Amino acid sequence: MKVLEELKYSKEHEWVKIDGNKAYIGITDHAQHSLGDIVFVEIPEVGTELNKGDVLGVVESVKAASDVYTPVSGKIIEVNEDLTDSPENINEDPYGSWIAVIEISDMSETEELMDANDYERFCQEEE
Amino acid sequence: MKKTPLYDKHCELGGKIIDFHDWALPVQYSGIIDEHKQVRNAAGLFDVSHMGEITVEGPDATEFIQKMITNDISKTRDFRIVYSPMCYPDGGVVDDILIYKYSSEFYLLIVNASNTDKDYDWLSQNLEGRVKVNNVSDYYAQLALQGPESEKILQKLVDIPLGDIRFFNFMPEVEICGQKAIISRTGYTGEDGFEIYIKNEFVHKLWDSLFQAGKDYGLVPAGLGARDTLRLEVALPLYGHEISRDITPLEAGLDRFVKLDKENFIGKDALSEQKSMGIKRKIVGFEMVDRGIPRTQYDVLANGEKIGYVTSGSFSPSLEINIGMALIDPAFSEPGLEVDIAIRNRATKARIVELPFYSKKYAKG
Repeated sequence: MKVLEELKYSKEHEWVKIDGNKAYIGITDHAQHSLGDIVFVEIPEVGTELNKGDVLGVVESVKAASDVYTPVSGKIIEVNEDLTDSPENINEDPYGSWIAVIEISDMSETEELMDANDYERFCQEEE
Repeated sequence: MKKTPLYDKHCELGGKIIDFHDWALPVQYSGIIDEHKQVRNAAGLFDVSHMGEITVEGPDATEFIQKMITNDISKTRDFRIVYSPMCYPDGGVVDDILIYKYSSEFYLLIVNASNTDKDYDWLSQNLEGRVKVNNVSDYYAQLALQGPESEKILQKLVDIPLGDIRFFNFMPEVEICGQKAIISRTGYTGEDGFEIYIKNEFVHKLWDSLFQAGKDYGLVPAGLGARDTLRLEVALPLYGHEISRDITPLEAGLDRFVKLDKENFIGKDALSEQKSMGIKRKIVGFEMVDRGIPRTQYDVLANGEKIGYVTSGSFSPSLEINIGMALIDPAFSEPGLEVDIAIRNRATKARIVELPFYSKKYAKG
């Protein structure tokens, strides 16, 4: 399983890249691996206001649908339309395939996220 | 969880193990789509040792089975296989099974893993005449070799000409890897292929020998995930989905396996009545028009009203569209009609289509 040092992670296996007050959100390598072949991504609408823990989108493998939760509150300001036609990008490049960008409304929420080391340990404990 | 004799092998091969009706089995190895396509284009090997095997023997074996199943085996030749639902008196399905006929006094029934104990009890409760029923599931492993290259691969391991075993026929006591096995030309993928039954202790060697024989033919290990998408594309019913305690074989469109002119069998009265009154629900196939993947239990809607529910649904790796089967009001079952599937509370458009979605490629002689 691959993790990237510069990212933050949630217990629901989302990754977050923080850039100023923007958060790029995707699912981790661990998550894509346990889902298997991803064949459908439901992308949220730009402008939607979400609270931390709300459903941001849905990622579906051949076998099952899996919700993606936002680890931070805020407004969706951009979505990755490419995933509509190429959902398999998430399998091939999970950290390059962000699902949405959120304008963070409460920066303190980012402090609750795990760093790469903690996330790796978290995954090991989960198994 | 119960393990098949090949459990360690699946782990070694990187199989992702899941709990399938209390059996620890691989849902996939390399990936469902890869495995699926490999079975359609070359060959795949499935460990289906969880399937149950029940023998029925005795001078009255034929009569007894005739009473238990909806299909008719009275004219079946030896070493042929018959598919049949087995029903309750109300027409609900106990299980759908394969009946391997050795002789009019000896049959082997292949039953769904999750139904094995229930089937054995049901058969035992209804025993009549000079018949003995035995659950021999724990002694036999089963491999399914499926795909267009299957015959070439298996032929490398056996002396008998496999062309002699035609679709839905079997040969008992075929020598393979120095042991005796039952080989049948059957499967659950819509492709040509074989199912091989062998004693547990010899299945490792058989598994390895098949991969050795299959390495120039693109043989891959395949898991339950691919098994499900393969059977869905050719619209083979899955117990608990298209047929169940609460769904009759007539509702599932299995009319040709229900011989209502047969003298007597459990469920005949209920099914005859259902046939004459007309079914109120029907299994249909549909493909998604809007984006979205249908899943089991999603509601099917017409004009905003619920008309049924999805029994199976998936992305189809061969067709690269999203497909499903549903149990709905027959008034909406005409191919071409549009209905909605409620996906996460949103009406998502789908079109009724003819079944199967993908044509079967059986080697019928």
